[in-house]
Amino acid sequence: MARMKFLADAERCIECNGCVTACKQEHDIPWGVNRRRVVTLNDGMPGEKSISVACMHCSDAPCMAVCPVDVFYKTSEGIVLHDKDLCIGCGYCFYACPFGAPQFPQDGAFGLRGKMDKCTFCAGGPEPDFSEAEFRKYGRNRIAEGKLPACAEMCSTKALLGGDGDVIADIYRSRAITRGRGSEVWGWGTAYGRPEKKPAAQPPGAKS
Amino acid sequence: MRLTTTCTIALAAGLSLLAAGCGERPKVTVYKQGQYQGKPDTRPWDNDPPKDPSIVAWQKGDKASWEKSIKARTLGQNEYVRIEGASNK
Repeated sequence: MARMKFLADAERCIECNGCVTACKQEHDIPWGVNRRRVVTLNDGMPGEKSISVACMHCSDAPCMAVCPVDVFYKTSEGIVLHDKDLCIGCGYCFYACPFGAPQFPQDGAFGLRGKMDKCTFCAGGPEPDFSEAEFRKYGRNRIAEGKLPACAEMCSTKALLGGDGDVIADIYRSRAITRGRGSEVWGWGTAYGRPEKKPAAQPPGAKS
Repeated sequence: MRLTTTCTIALAAGLSLLAAGCGERPKVTVYKQGQYQGKPDTRPWDNDPPKDPSIVAWQKGDKASWEKSIKARTLGQNEYVRIEGASNK
């Protein structure tokens, strides 16, 4: 197996925030922590583009490189996870991450920074699978249930794909081939492809 | 005599300080990948598959069959294939 990845299709994202809601609901995420969020460019203008952003489970993760207490590890499926029991909440991973994925609950006085929380690709963490401790610290373990991340599976337009990088790249490739391009710069045809047009009947002997 | 001793001690101290300066190494931080310090994690294929009709069951402990199950689930995201007749090709 290759590595588990997310792929956000900006042509399809309609900024419904269904992925954000699915993530929050699935893992019982507290107020103020957003493991996933939708970023929109040129908001309100024709042709605006949105993408859903969370931990991208980098192959060479900068959070892993800068962590002073080495709480990060990578599973054999390429999912970047961390042990919350050892996290000291220093915030180095937040500064290093280009996606702003690490989140810190700030429910104490004086902006207290708690232990880091981030997207787990719905793979839980270093606790026994399906245990209360795993759910409380890391959320539900859907990967161990044979499922994919809730955000990707809940995406109504399938703008957010999750899974084996090779497989979702193939899905995206077939999508890109199917898409219409030309006068229609954005909209339905660009996102889902144009209806099939049969070639006009040609008289015999005519050159194509 | 005392002056000579004092001068000798001062000279020795000065020379040793100079020698220490020669031995100074450039302070360049070289990053070394740390070792994970936390608890070991379990593997997803070491669990029994749930009794869910939407999931292709795998053999407990068999990584290959779990990967096959996940791949089938991943391919389900391709609506051109999942929904018959939805392809615009």
